[in-house]
Amino acid sequence: MSAIFQPVLNFGTFLWGLLGAFLVGLLGPDLAPYALYAVKTLLLIVCIVAPLMICMAYLTLLERKVIGWMQVRQGPNRVGYGWLQPIADGIKLLMKEVIIPAGANKFLFVLAPVMAMMPALAAWAVIPFGPEMVLANIDAGLLYVMAITSMGVYGVIIAGWASNSKYAFLGALRSAAQIVSYEIAMGFALVGVLMAAQSLNLVEIVQGQSGTYGALNWFFIPLFPFFLIYLIAGVAETNRAPFDVAEGESEIVAGFHVEYSGMTFAVFFLAEYISMILVATLCSIMFLGGWLSPFPASWPLVGFGGFHWLFAKVFFVLILFIWFRATFPRYRYDQIMRLGWKVFIPITIVWILVLGAWMQTPLWVWWK
Amino acid sequence: MFSTFIFYAFSTVLIAAALGVITARNPVHSALLLVLAFFTASGLWIQLQAEFLAIALVLVYVGAVMVLFLFVVMMLDINLAQLREGFWRYLPLGGLVGALLVLEMGTLLWLRFAGTEMPPPLPAGYSNTKELGRLIYTEYVYPFEIAAVILLVAIVAAISLTLRHRKNSKSQNPARQVEVKRADRVRIVSMPSEKREE
Repeated sequence: MSAIFQPVLNFGTFLWGLLGAFLVGLLGPDLAPYALYAVKTLLLIVCIVAPLMICMAYLTLLERKVIGWMQVRQGPNRVGYGWLQPIADGIKLLMKEVIIPAGANKFLFVLAPVMAMMPALAAWAVIPFGPEMVLANIDAGLLYVMAITSMGVYGVIIAGWASNSKYAFLGALRSAAQIVSYEIAMGFALVGVLMAAQSLNLVEIVQGQSGTYGALNWFFIPLFPFFLIYLIAGVAETNRAPFDVAEGESEIVAGFHVEYSGMTFAVFFLAEYISMILVATLCSIMFLGGWLSPFPASWPLVGFGGFHWLFAKVFFVLILFIWFRATFPRYRYDQIMRLGWKVFIPITIVWILVLGAWMQTPLWVWWK
Repeated sequence: MFSTFIFYAFSTVLIAAALGVITARNPVHSALLLVLAFFTASGLWIQLQAEFLAIALVLVYVGAVMVLFLFVVMMLDINLAQLREGFWRYLPLGGLVGALLVLEMGTLLWLRFAGTEMPPPLPAGYSNTKELGRLIYTEYVYPFEIAAVILLVAIVAAISLTLRHRKNSKSQNPARQVEVKRADRVRIVSMPSEKREE
């Protein structure tokens, strides 16, 4: 296998050396390392974002197909037997006119989709896809992810306000209250993760779940309440059904993005699906062992960790997201608030205490 | 040299945003510029290798406090003329407070930090988060816990001061809703079938 890739690798190294020499010639030996570093980082960012966009496009197709099957329909099956549907949608949205309402605040109206997209993409910088496959292996990775994802709400709020529309504003208000509420439960769930892993570094969190028993070493067993709460709060944070009151077609038309059309709408759409993949990935990394194999390491073939396991886990969690949407009716707003504040937060606080006590006893077998 | 450039770039943005907060005519713009100011300040802190404080600033102020701020500001019925009415009346007082703040800050910085060299670069494995946690939970554990309790009391007080039970407000008890049995709601009546009259 590696013999096939060796010429490719050699060629890559050669090209990289060529680029380095070119930059030294262009900028001098002082500035060249900075420029080379910038080029390398940009290339890595492209390596993460480009597959992400493809995954996102096909996630929309998967969602429509799966919901179709659950409702005994075909789902998209016309454009290239359904396989080209996401591309057709993309072209359609690109060709549509972007309409800016007369009373809207133009600058903020255009800024809002960008503010929704930025955190959804920026959080990927610290996500480890494998033991060495991480763009920025920072110490406070978990905190960084929380801080960046907490900024996603600005896109929704700014969109709601800048549209100068009552429906959009109602959607924004609903969304703001909901996201701030569920962030607390989510934060407490993450406190549990960092207690169990003894680290804020995402790579170390995954490595803390490795062991001889495969899936039994993962954190979803001792942290089961946190796993469930993180999953549900993740659905609420991404404004997905059954927590999609910010859009609520039957109540407030389309909520915060009712005035958006064409590409500005598409960016909101992209941001929602990328956040979905992000939440699913974080869930897999923190509770389902990231790139680790679910089978004991001693087993042949399936015992090795690798990116394919992470992909399978993310796929599983995404299917859950779609399943929820196809199955559950939308929550009423007061029930959402009750669930967040009166159910999730008490459960997390109690389980943090239980976990703290549990970790002091010999019954705690997840130590590394 | 590169970090100096970044420092000045961030500082320029920070100062411009902070000026914008007090000069913007629309309160929503002010609030958003304040968000920008917080974010830029956290960038500066990251440059000082205080990554925990920087991320906490974004998490707490940008992610939560300013969202609620915006939430309130957006719902205000903004009357710009009224907002700017008392400018000359409040100018002397505001100017005095501002001058006092500058004076205090200036003395502090001048007395404490004048002539201090940059600290030596930190070792490779240094984790700001770890050091901060160690200090807070060992040396300063009592002040930290007491501060936490004071904050908790403040939250409870704020809620209990503003919570009013209206007599005519309708509410549901979810526990009772869950307890309901089928027999409480549905009564099946058996009726003999009747012949239709022609």
